[in-house]
Amino acid sequence: MLELRKDIFADERDDNLNEVGKPTQRQDMLGHVTATSPYFNDHKLQGMLHLKVLRSTHHHARLRRIDVSEAERQPGVRRIIRGSDVPRNINTLLSLINFGKDDEPSLAVDKVRYKGEPIVAVVADSEREAFEALAKIKVEYEPLPTVFDVEDAMKAGAPIVNETYPKNTFTYHDIYDHQKLRFGDVERAFDQADHVLDERYQMSPIEHAPTETNGSIAAPETNGRYVVYTSTQALFFSLDTSAKILDIPSNKLHFIGGTVGGGFGGKVDTLTEPLAILGSMLTGRPVRYMLGREEEMQYGSPRGGERIYIKDAMSRDGRIIARKMRCIFDSGAYTRLSSYAVVKCAAHLPGPYTIPNVHADVYCVYTNRVPATAMRGFGVTAVDFAIECQMDKLAHLINMDPMEFRILNAYRDGDMKAHRREAKNTALIECVQVAAEKAKWNLSESAKRASSRKEGSSARASMPDSSRAAAPVAASYERPATAPASSFSPPVVQSTVNAPPSAAPPISSPSPTSHGATRFSSVFGRRR
Amino acid sequence: MAKVALQFFHNGREVAIFADAGTNLLTVLRENIGDVSPKFGCGQGGCGACTVIIDGEARLSCLTLAETISGASVTTVDGMKDGPALHPLQQAFMDHFAAQCGYCTPGMLMAAKALLDRNPTPTRDEIVEGISGNICRCTGYEPIINAIQSVSTSGAVKR
Amino acid sequence: MPLSVKTFDTVHEAAAALSAERGSHFCGGGTLVMRAVNEGDTTLSTLVRVKDRSLSQVRASGARFSIGSGVTLAHLLNEKDLSFLHPVVRSIGGPAVRNMGTVGGNLFARAPFGDLTVALLALDAVVSVHGSYGLREMPMEEFLSGRDANRGALVLGVSFERPSSPDAFRYRKVSRVKPKGASVFSIAVNLPNMGGRISGARIAYGAMAPTAIRAKAAERALEGKTLDQTTAAAIAAVAAEGTSPATDSLASAWYRRETIGVHLRRLLLGQAE
Repeated sequence: MLELRKDIFADERDDNLNEVGKPTQRQDMLGHVTATSPYFNDHKLQGMLHLKVLRSTHHHARLRRIDVSEAERQPGVRRIIRGSDVPRNINTLLSLINFGKDDEPSLAVDKVRYKGEPIVAVVADSEREAFEALAKIKVEYEPLPTVFDVEDAMKAGAPIVNETYPKNTFTYHDIYDHQKLRFGDVERAFDQADHVLDERYQMSPIEHAPTETNGSIAAPETNGRYVVYTSTQALFFSLDTSAKILDIPSNKLHFIGGTVGGGFGGKVDTLTEPLAILGSMLTGRPVRYMLGREEEMQYGSPRGGERIYIKDAMSRDGRIIARKMRCIFDSGAYTRLSSYAVVKCAAHLPGPYTIPNVHADVYCVYTNRVPATAMRGFGVTAVDFAIECQMDKLAHLINMDPMEFRILNAYRDGDMKAHRREAKNTALIECVQVAAEKAKWNLSESAKRASSRKEGSSARASMPDSSRAAAPVAASYERPATAPASSFSPPVVQSTVNAPPSAAPPISSPSPTSHGATRFSSVFGRRR
Repeated sequence: MAKVALQFFHNGREVAIFADAGTNLLTVLRENIGDVSPKFGCGQGGCGACTVIIDGEARLSCLTLAETISGASVTTVDGMKDGPALHPLQQAFMDHFAAQCGYCTPGMLMAAKALLDRNPTPTRDEIVEGISGNICRCTGYEPIINAIQSVSTSGAVKR
Repeated sequence: MPLSVKTFDTVHEAAAALSAERGSHFCGGGTLVMRAVNEGDTTLSTLVRVKDRSLSQVRASGARFSIGSGVTLAHLLNEKDLSFLHPVVRSIGGPAVRNMGTVGGNLFARAPFGDLTVALLALDAVVSVHGSYGLREMPMEEFLSGRDANRGALVLGVSFERPSSPDAFRYRKVSRVKPKGASVFSIAVNLPNMGGRISGARIAYGAMAPTAIRAKAAERALEGKTLDQTTAAAIAAVAAEGTSPATDSLASAWYRRETIGVHLRRLLLGQAE
């Protein structure tokens, strides 16, 4: 049960919490226990048709020929949808906030870039008839070389996965192939270190596996509008994405959602809505497009895999004096949200520890895998897994208690972070102390006395004798005042190639014409 | 598509319908009868979201061939309430915060009801076994088990 | 082709319908066939059912049991005389799956499913099959090796003898989730004991090959031995011989081969998982 430790930071907090720390009934609970909560699929519409897609059987192949003539003649088939039927058959999710280039078709046209990529959609009277028609579609593939490993994909001569990004890396600010974080001088610290630990970590892709699979039902309303019942986690984001792909004003779409049968980040990709609406436009009938369980598990986008290298320098008293990281995110064949995950990751490094010298490069890389997407803390979770494994190994290296090792290196209020922001409202030390207490883990008296509000200072993040420590200028990292406060803005991470460390970073602010930015932000907020 | 005539009892009420040949009971309930309380989660018998009670036994409606239910008695969550009053299990699920997204809840309730109908005082292990075919992805097993246990110990459900 | 359902009164008619048409499949409890239908397998065009109630009976004569192919897994849990099989049955699915899934269907479940079949293989069960050639009884091994080629045959039931002692039959299923999940592998052993020595041991694995298989090298290594640490270690060393497990979402082939011996040894020594 939830326990609120009000004794910690008691003087900082008004103890007037009327809701936090007390059980409060969910407003949708009665609907849940009576099974009347309205999930998208609980809307049965008269004359509803069923949409299924034919998926690529190859990881990477040129599409030489697609023959749907036999499928079109199958009983119950109302419409076959090809890529050429999609008004704007290329999109990238974050184009709504002017982030990244359109790189993904709704239905593949000349090439497939991952196994399971949709090629043709069939709209039929029944699911069975749709399946029968899919079985009659003939696709001639010309297999192309594949790449599944992020580091292989970055090598010269690697197969080009997505022609929008011919180097197999996402492009930041039109020129940069990664996000960069620089603070102090790691190489000098490695020379001075008593211990150096260089390790490699790998996080596998993870499927969200929601109990309700992704899906939507679209139906014509009056005045040329379409109503869409959807499982989306991001209603207006999906609405705008659909409007863009279908090239219609967003006020022609009436999206109804809100009750989601488990999402965890896997229901922001707008996987089904555009085709369901298009099917409804082309047939004049309600159309349902719902993923089957196998589709959801195999081709519903997962949390992406990540490869992480960490090299740390440590003094014999246990202070980490440098951390050098190289993180490579596997975006799969298309960008979706991995470009954003990289930005989050760079903003999170080097973890909640005060380290005077930090050097990190974070890449978003394309491979012939299923495109990755959001999932609970994406961009941060895997790198935290790597960092905390590394912390245990470092503690072990000098025979120090791993809890005390974390307390020693934890951010304290007033410390300078690698992003040249002062650490505020830090609480890692207190978390470790409570965790130790709960686990009946003995801490030394000095570790028990440690506090996030003691001993913090900018000096903790400086190398002795470091002439460069003062170089960074915090003021140049302020967000432009023109950006709306609620908008998505790139975290304050220096993103440069071969530029001097003190150069002002290019920061793109959403252009005034950008739409959907506030909506997007209402989905992800500015949480990290 | 060939149609097949079906007659069975849905939450005590006799129904007679024509369904597509080879269709499953889940589709019949949701699309022919209009009872959307059982959910489609996997169509494979892996998740339990479509669990209903057929002649007193928990079964997966998505794997039940519609042709096999003629004359049978099918109970769903839609038939759990007694007038406006919640079934004790429904109330216990509310009281114990035993749902988050709610999608597994109908199947959980059916599995729990099938268990308590046969064994009104199960042990905690028996409850775990009773819902072992039902997946909750929002991490709610403990509150669900607690909810079922509270009903069994309070004796609210008796044969 | 649209799906159709044909229901027959006798197994003879059902068997004839199965062999007459290419896309016809027998539908018992539905846990395999309806799953394929739901996933859009259009090679299934006719579902064949049979009303013959003899398929859902459990009979005992002396130490021998005959179990109809339509007997559900839940039904087995109600048979006190079959208590040695109860741990096997309880390791399969949840109550709803067991109320539907049948003994006959379990024989056709593909790895990593079909745990009851592993037990039946260790029990040297005999399978009664009604095919185009009429009624035939065949050992489990022969049935399993021809299972996927032998479409159109209808399984009527299985028969086997009770293990010689309660301790002779043992079973373990290794899963990645608690309280249960699909098999990393399952192991069933039947160890007839003659004056303290094992004679005619049977060791069967699930999920260590496309069908349930016997671990013949391990069986040979047990022959005439007493069950002790030395014997168990020797058997563990040859436990993976003859296996060809798949790499799937539960475990790699390498992991399965590496660990099967560890679990077999623990099972033989009566140690916890």
